[in-house]
Amino acid sequence: METNHNNKVTLVVLSGDMDKVMAAFIIANGAAALGKDVVMFFTFWGLKALEKGNLTGRSLFGRMLGVMNRGGLDAIGPSRLNMGGMGRWMFKLMMKQHHVTPLEELRQSAIDLGVRLQPCQMSMDVMEIRPQDLIPEAEAPVGVAAMLEHASASAPSFFI
Amino acid sequence: MTTTELVPTLTLDLKGLLCPMPVVRIAQAVKKLQIGETIEALATDPGVLADIPAWARTTGNELVSLEKRSSDIRFVVKRTK
Repeated sequence: METNHNNKVTLVVLSGDMDKVMAAFIIANGAAALGKDVVMFFTFWGLKALEKGNLTGRSLFGRMLGVMNRGGLDAIGPSRLNMGGMGRWMFKLMMKQHHVTPLEELRQSAIDLGVRLQPCQMSMDVMEIRPQDLIPEAEAPVGVAAMLEHASASAPSFFI
Repeated sequence: MTTTELVPTLTLDLKGLLCPMPVVRIAQAVKKLQIGETIEALATDPGVLADIPAWARTTGNELVSLEKRSSDIRFVVKRTK
């Protein structure tokens, strides 16, 4: 196939907002369904989408961050209209009513389709998040060069 | 071929599913087919009218038919590679 030379897609997920993480997983699922080799690189707030949801952190600030910035797909709220968690509840309910695939299923579907989930090493260090705080499907943490190697060979790259 | 179109190897019910699940399910189902076999699918998301042809063009598989009917959308895809 003449399309083989641009068969890669890279998504950098910086945001930990529910709506943006959702968009990222929808694009990743679509790209994988089109037969692309997809890498999602999760950095900073985006790591929340790979966290199991337990409390994290070692130092005082690290543990404060762990409390105030709880990870896990269940904990993240929309970028707008969250209203202290009410927005998250409302959006989840509305998406359910409209039969939109929930975020957890989208992430699992991406994993099943072979999408690779790479956490950013530096963000994990800064935020005191350990590999065991992440879901087992997350790959070993990588740095910017590893992400760029894949992005350089990707036809589309997304920064979310 | 008319015969393969008349007797699809698989039938998928995608009704009620929204983006991106119809293409995801088709992509997964096609892997179970031999080359030349077909899948018939029924969907309700109007998005498939654009997405399934795009999936076929990008993956190199064949969209045998795609028709919007009164209550659903029916399409047939054939694994060609």
